[in-house]
Amino acid sequence: MTTAAVDLTRLKTPFYPRLEALDRLHTWHSWKGYRSADAFTNGEIEYFAIRNSAAVFDLSPMTKYRITGNDARIYVDRLVTRDMLNKVGAGRVAYAVWCDDQGQVIDDGTIFHLRDDEYRLCSQEFHLPWLRAAAIGMNVDIREETADYAALALQGPNSYSILKNLGLSGIENLKLFGLRHFDFAGTELMVSRTGFTGDLGYELWIDADKALPLWDALFEAGKLHGIRAIGTHALEQSRIEAGYLAAYVEFLPANETVRTGRTRSPFELGLDWLVDFKKPNFNGRRALAAEKREGSTWRFVKLDIEGNKTASSAYIYADKRAKKNIGFVTSATWSPVCKKNIALGTVRMPHGKVGETVYVEVYYQREMHWSRMMAKAEVVSKPFWDPPRRRATPPGLF
Amino acid sequence: MKTYDVIVVGAGHNGLTNAAFLAKAGLNVLCVEKNDYIGGAAVSRNLYKDWVYSNCSYVCSLLRPEIFRSLELHRHGLQVTPYAGGATFLQNGDYYASYDDHDLQHREMARFSKHDADAYDRYGADVMRQCRFIRDTLLRTPPDPTSFKLRDLKELLYLGGRFAELGEDRMYETIRFWTMSVAEYLDEYFETDIIKTSLSGSGIIGTALGIHSPGTAYVLLHHYMGDVDGNIGSWGYARGGMGAVSNAIAGAFQAYGGELRTDAGVEQILVKNGQVTGVALTNGDEIKAKQVVSSMDVKRTFLKCMDKSDLEPDFYNRVKNFKIRGSSGKLNIALDGLPTFSALPKDSPLMDGDMHFIDSMERMERAYDDWKEGTWSKDPYIDMVIPTVTDPTMAPPGKHFMSCFIQYCPPQINGREWTDEERDQFGQTCIDQIANYSPDFKDLILHVEVRTPKEIENEAGLTEGNIFHGELTMDQLLFNRPIPGYADYRGPVSGLYMCGSSTHPGGGVMAAPGANAAREILHDLKRRNTVPENFGDD
Repeated sequence: MTTAAVDLTRLKTPFYPRLEALDRLHTWHSWKGYRSADAFTNGEIEYFAIRNSAAVFDLSPMTKYRITGNDARIYVDRLVTRDMLNKVGAGRVAYAVWCDDQGQVIDDGTIFHLRDDEYRLCSQEFHLPWLRAAAIGMNVDIREETADYAALALQGPNSYSILKNLGLSGIENLKLFGLRHFDFAGTELMVSRTGFTGDLGYELWIDADKALPLWDALFEAGKLHGIRAIGTHALEQSRIEAGYLAAYVEFLPANETVRTGRTRSPFELGLDWLVDFKKPNFNGRRALAAEKREGSTWRFVKLDIEGNKTASSAYIYADKRAKKNIGFVTSATWSPVCKKNIALGTVRMPHGKVGETVYVEVYYQREMHWSRMMAKAEVVSKPFWDPPRRRATPPGLF
Repeated sequence: MKTYDVIVVGAGHNGLTNAAFLAKAGLNVLCVEKNDYIGGAAVSRNLYKDWVYSNCSYVCSLLRPEIFRSLELHRHGLQVTPYAGGATFLQNGDYYASYDDHDLQHREMARFSKHDADAYDRYGADVMRQCRFIRDTLLRTPPDPTSFKLRDLKELLYLGGRFAELGEDRMYETIRFWTMSVAEYLDEYFETDIIKTSLSGSGIIGTALGIHSPGTAYVLLHHYMGDVDGNIGSWGYARGGMGAVSNAIAGAFQAYGGELRTDAGVEQILVKNGQVTGVALTNGDEIKAKQVVSSMDVKRTFLKCMDKSDLEPDFYNRVKNFKIRGSSGKLNIALDGLPTFSALPKDSPLMDGDMHFIDSMERMERAYDDWKEGTWSKDPYIDMVIPTVTDPTMAPPGKHFMSCFIQYCPPQINGREWTDEERDQFGQTCIDQIANYSPDFKDLILHVEVRTPKEIENEAGLTEGNIFHGELTMDQLLFNRPIPGYADYRGPVSGLYMCGSSTHPGGGVMAAPGANAAREILHDLKRRNTVPENFGDD
């Protein structure tokens, strides 16, 4: 009998040779076992590629499943809380959450309706057992394909110009949350108008062995359009500005928590719009209907905080004197594009209504010494950054 | 006829900022502008095909983030993108680079001097200490040290407290710093000519002084005290050119209900019985208002737009003697492609930043000598940037806009008006200097706009083309700006205010003078204050 030991080194994505060549900082972390860069030259300058020109982020480590079969449509609809039957036809992409039977969020992700009876589900976590369990009695095939496909996010105001240069005809008609297949060097290139930055942007998906030719063609097309590889630091900052959730940050996968009460329902994550009770059946429906009736425990909040001291890991209080603790900040950053001190957080109901004032306990360090301030914050409803160019179709050239 | 609560004269960034905060407080505000476009010296002009020029100010750092945030300028299209890099070219073919990475900068300095590389951190801390002191005053009204009013006393105590906090040694250091020359200051840290030269440029930009003239150390600080997203001393580009700043503030102003009128130059600010009554436009129209705020520099305001008999003679003389000498010119160039620089590798990231072509302190001082002789520098100090390396919106893909700020350039040649030939020769002098380091530069030039102080005065309205609305020396700073006794934004006539860069904290696209003046006006009118406080660095 032969044994095949696992690869002990951190894995390389199909784009790694190009990333390595650009890297000047050597600051990498693990993303599901793959090498992923914090930044390549300067995280702050990279952030501005997202907002000012065009940024390229390697999202190949994203967990991917292919769902096919006659029942694929019904299966996907049953899986998530939103309506996938009527609202997400072939050629469309949907952001979705899926819950356990208690209506607690297992994960969020994007579901790409590639063709009739064919979907790709992308998520942060691995979910095969759960995906299979949910398929009982249905004619579907579920296959993990994380390593088979390479993926790039191309984000920023110049991203449309670059794809046009790449020769993708018809890209001008692709709407937000649409997807289209193109031919690239004899291989199918899937392009979706999606992203994690809240700006104009696309994601490109291709067979792993065509990754490098795609990279090279993209960077050639973007040469005069300020194209730039970015790391996680820049992406994270833009993600918070867009008000998007991150798994393990804004919520934990329900089936991986140990302590009681550490899970969140879609309502508690501000995702009411993703729960469609008109659907006869979906995982967690009964529990969510009860929660809707009886009220939730937590509320997801977007905070616009006074001053310029980042409120990372801060407690949130109802009052300035810090008598009543109502929750905590989960993500915080200075927003360079809004010039605002912003945060995402979770607070106990009934606190955190839009327009309400809360107080955030901020600790910050200046030349070794620490200071504390109670910063006033307003609960806001809209994403901090949501420029018109994000949905303009056809998009502008820059 | 309608009577406005306030008329703001001039739609530059300070006038608009002032107008926006007043309109936000619910006042009925009209902002009038002499040109048929807004922006003053923070302007984007389309003068050649698809190119957009930042044809006066060209980089952004001083703009107060508190004002940006408070007026929600991002909703009105303003994006400021920081840049790194920059280089000073040496005559021997080498270059001295500027990096945003601290360790890389140390390595670069050590190429020239290990001593200087190691001295840089102490220099950085000492300059930052001065920055910290001044930054705190930017969104405050300077107190009058002779006044016994409660507000003045409180502010004076505050300032004094901040000063005393420095400790004895550093108080001496600060007093020296505010009055010494940039050359002497740099001598205290560095031994290498090229490193000192590269740092000294910030001490003379916009100032009719040489690197050895007292007071220039502070000017260096004025260029370091801004920040982009908390990175003090770093600079950025306004996306779409500097006009994006003015346009965004104008957007906010109009969103608050303010009214903007272009092609409406002010002939005279009208006064009756010691009280402002409105303005008379150059076209003969008169508009009534209870308050008039001038964002023009003090000389233009009081010497050109007011009746002398409405002013006290002492005040009038002080204004007449206000130091506002023109010292700089500008070249705006459309390029057919990105020029190469013999010293730099192709597509070097150093081209993202400011490039300079003077490599010695001697050459810096000689450039000033020419100005004193009444002519432009024959070997000028040029602060050159190519914003389109960063900004995709200002030229077609692969094409570029180059901005050259040139020091020194006098408002007059030997005391008489510039001729067109001289203006062209001045432009050629600058182009030749750059071409010495870039073999393909001249061939790439598609269009050049040459601006001497004369053009800058005629278009942007800055007296003598002085970019700061008056020099930034101690005799004209804080409670001395613009004139002792008038640092609180109030003019010598009831209902008249000043909100331009002639007032504290001075020039640069900062918007602080406009905001501070608005706070004072709202105070006088007993209105809700809409002007934000300083974030504070501590």
